Amino acid sequence: MFPFTYTRATSVHEAIEAGERGGRYIAGGTTLVDLMRETVERPRALVDIVGLPLSDVSATPRGGLRIGALARMADVAADPVVRQTYPAVAQALELSASAQLRNMATIGGNVMQRPRCAYFRDVSAPCNRREPGSGCSALEGYNRTHAILGTSEHCVATHPSDLAVVLTALEATVHMVGPEGRRATPIGQFLLQPGDTPDREQDLRPGELIVALEIPPLPRPLRSGYLKVRDRESYEFALTSVAVALHIRGGVIHTAKVAAGGVGTIPWKLPAVEQHLVGRRPSPDLWAQAAERAADGARPLVHNGFKTELLRRTVERQLRIVGGRS
Amino acid sequence: MSTDVQEPELQPEEGRPSPLSRRTFIAATGTATGVAVAAGVTGSGTRPVSATEDVASELADGTTSQVSFLLNGRRQSLVVDNRASLLDLLRERLDLTGTKKGCDAGACGACTVHVDGRRVNACLTFAARLDGAQVTTIEGLAPDGDLHPLQRAFIEQDALQCGFCTPGQIMSGVACIREGHTESPEEIREWMSGNICRCGCYVKIVRAVDHVATGGR
Repeated sequence: MFPFTYTRATSVHEAIEAGERGGRYIAGGTTLVDLMRETVERPRALVDIVGLPLSDVSATPRGGLRIGALARMADVAADPVVRQTYPAVAQALELSASAQLRNMATIGGNVMQRPRCAYFRDVSAPCNRREPGSGCSALEGYNRTHAILGTSEHCVATHPSDLAVVLTALEATVHMVGPEGRRATPIGQFLLQPGDTPDREQDLRPGELIVALEIPPLPRPLRSGYLKVRDRESYEFALTSVAVALHIRGGVIHTAKVAAGGVGTIPWKLPAVEQHLVGRRPSPDLWAQAAERAADGARPLVHNGFKTELLRRTVERQLRIVGGRS
Repeated sequence: MSTDVQEPELQPEEGRPSPLSRRTFIAATGTATGVAVAAGVTGSGTRPVSATEDVASELADGTTSQVSFLLNGRRQSLVVDNRASLLDLLRERLDLTGTKKGCDAGACGACTVHVDGRRVNACLTFAARLDGAQVTTIEGLAPDGDLHPLQRAFIEQDALQCGFCTPGQIMSGVACIREGHTESPEEIREWMSGNICRCGCYVKIVRAVDHVATGGR
């Protein structure tokens, strides 16, 4: 690990000033410390933000949910308001990492997670995210766990967060504050596909800090849930995952929000699936027809062709689980 | 364990031999208590500093921090290299070797300790961040000469073979019981999944946690 200076920010203002001067924010540290030890990350100055007052979780006036960026994963998952209003959020969090890591990691940091691609983590391997222009080792390498959607010739790594899949399905907003004031952007635009600049992973400007993630109000009653498919039962990243939220009234689906994880370079919204559901009556056939559209545009690599069918089946199963009780 | 003798954060970068041994470094920093740690991230603090540079320049560059925290109920005040993990601090400087280093990457749970009452991975915790914290390790779980009920349960249930993961399992298990995630063997397995056992003693580990959770002792 390379040496670095360490300071604790005592206010958001102080943090932003330090961030603008090149300081790197550290919250839970569960990704950053690990990557620093691997020398993938080499910050020269760490700015500890974990003491800032950004950990409130609260219902918004019209029935949405605002989660402070520094709330710990474990605390958000256990929050009664979260569990009651958006069970998918609690489910995604509890299916992530381990109890120890969830005690440390924050919500803002969870969304900011860097790829779990083995080549990204191996500083002896070419990787365009780590060293732009050096090449992508996964394209010709072992790519069983990699993405089939949103890839480019420069990078095929998946976004590792479970929570971000739910936030993408529910069209959450990322609230930031920076040297030029406050700003908000939809999570679908905040997380960036690799394209020609795989090293740019988020729409964050120098010194900007995530202060909260906000889920907009959705019509009630709302059923939501998160399903994660992986190589082992617990403590593992997703091969595929699906977040579903449905508002069913009078036997008809009025609102459908669906996104998938483990398959995209960012959490993958599934508008074709959503559109097929809205205005129709729940039935086993409907779930199957909608799920047929889940992998539209997929471009499998040598070792991850199975994800195309697995994604369709994961979507179908989760639609049945969430919507099948009408 | 021979692997424990190394202190990764003081390893020089590949191909750059360091003139500074770990012991020299610790001796030097140990006498530096009270030296003000540069607070800013400006000026020389942002300069890339190689681990091969001498101690004086590292101190001046603010790459060490003064921390004071409660460890197993006793106050510890010391200067630490900012790169030092709580795990390495415990094992290499404070002689508390009950906390084990398995993966050093947050993947195995062998280093589980309690910080402010919550189970965390000591390998992913910079010691410099612990100012004001309360840390409990396996050594501080029960009064001297006594065992925690879960330690006794591990013995009675024979919930270990090599024992390397056991301190982490027990620290995690104590927290799991306190959190109330022990309604069924399945729930215990899920909430203990951050602790890997290479010997495969999971059935007996779950039994030990369940035994204590249900008031078996």
